[in-house]
Amino acid sequence: MHISEGVLSAPVLISGMVLAAAGTGIGFKKMDYNHIPQTGMLAAAFFVGSLIHVPVGPSSVHLVLNGIVGLLLGWAAFPAILVALVLQALFFQYGGITTLGVNTVIMAAPAVICYLLFARLIRGRPAVSLTASFACGFLAVFLSALLVGLALVSTREDFFKVSSLIVVANLPVMIIEGVLTLFCVVFLKKVQPGMLPGNPSFETRAAVNHPAGSSPP
Amino acid sequence: MIQEPFAIGASPLHQTDPRLKIILATAYSFLVAVLQGFPALLTALVLSIALVAVARLDSRALFRRLGLANGLILFLWVLLPFTFPGKPLASIGPFALSLEGVRFCAQITLKSNAIILALIALVATSPIATLGYALHRLHVPAKMVLLLLLTYRYLFVLEQEYERLARAMRMRGFRPQTSLHTYRTYAYLVGMLFVRASARAERVHQAMLCRGFTGRFRTLKTFTLARRDWIWPFAAGCAMSGLIMLEWTTGWH
Repeated sequence: MHISEGVLSAPVLISGMVLAAAGTGIGFKKMDYNHIPQTGMLAAAFFVGSLIHVPVGPSSVHLVLNGIVGLLLGWAAFPAILVALVLQALFFQYGGITTLGVNTVIMAAPAVICYLLFARLIRGRPAVSLTASFACGFLAVFLSALLVGLALVSTREDFFKVSSLIVVANLPVMIIEGVLTLFCVVFLKKVQPGMLPGNPSFETRAAVNHPAGSSPP
Repeated sequence: MIQEPFAIGASPLHQTDPRLKIILATAYSFLVAVLQGFPALLTALVLSIALVAVARLDSRALFRRLGLANGLILFLWVLLPFTFPGKPLASIGPFALSLEGVRFCAQITLKSNAIILALIALVATSPIATLGYALHRLHVPAKMVLLLLLTYRYLFVLEQEYERLARAMRMRGFRPQTSLHTYRTYAYLVGMLFVRASARAERVHQAMLCRGFTGRFRTLKTFTLARRDWIWPFAAGCAMSGLIMLEWTTGWH
């Protein structure tokens, strides 16, 4: 989900940049050099994953995946998504320099919000965990669509109808993302539970593998 | 699937210092993004087309990129003229086409294409690895540059990983449909992609540490501003002040 160049007004572009810079700053603060390979690799996986199209009736939608990226990366989702968007702008000219901030906030803020809301619930009882992972995927796309609408309406109030249409039109995507995130969490719990938050190895893996003495400045 | 068709070439723009190109592209994008008047916007589009001409790019790849990027613009053309308030221009059935909406759409189309063309001509004409080093020289935080370069480096590897998984699925008779089974299969595919990515990150990180990685990528590449490079900031300065003048004299209604 992104907004093209040339649509938004200067105040919206600037607020987007400030918020994106703040989020990315927090993300980098919580991440030392040992985490960069993980973050970069998952950002690359996110980039590739979002090129996948899944069928919906006669049409298809591409995956958004910001909910699951939020779960896997926490605050580091901000820099990861920023980098993925830079690469998207360079490879496909989706978005560009001026909209980079706004688009990062549109994708990454919901990811972090979902992380904060659902990270603890994911490791709960199966029923709780399943509901939380569906809600995580659903809400991430819903919030992104809402932020797109907000950015458009803050540019011009006349955008209101278009914005509501965007939110409504993305309803199927939200449901699909919810289902996908649910199954994805089920899969990760079986295969690599250490990648999910709340697992002891999630926070400490880098530190255990690479004790303090070896960590680069 | 993922390609950089414009990065290699011998045009003057390909040979210009990437630091300079990044700065100019940023300044120009922001300027065009805030322009309002049609004379200034049209001039900006012409300037961008001239830049693309100087860069001598493959026109087929160029049009494909423009087509992709104009998708959302097309969506706005369908919606905005009918949902904007303002003087009705014409009506189709119950819908009234508003002059305001059409004007705004035209503005967005011109702006968007001018910015995208300039981005392609200025930034996409350098390989992304080079852009990473250039960003480092422009004092973008080191962690950011490192993350960008690592992500870029493994993008292609993970794309192949994805292709391999998708091929294996097809071999086993997977046919995408609108069904829960399809969504579950895709979810497992994405999950596997993340698992493989994470495991690879671990190995890559260990290999980096073994080779004495200290948090910096070193490069033998040095950027120097050639004397002929100075023509670009000069030309850009003239062009951009021209645009501002044009906006000033004709844009304020």
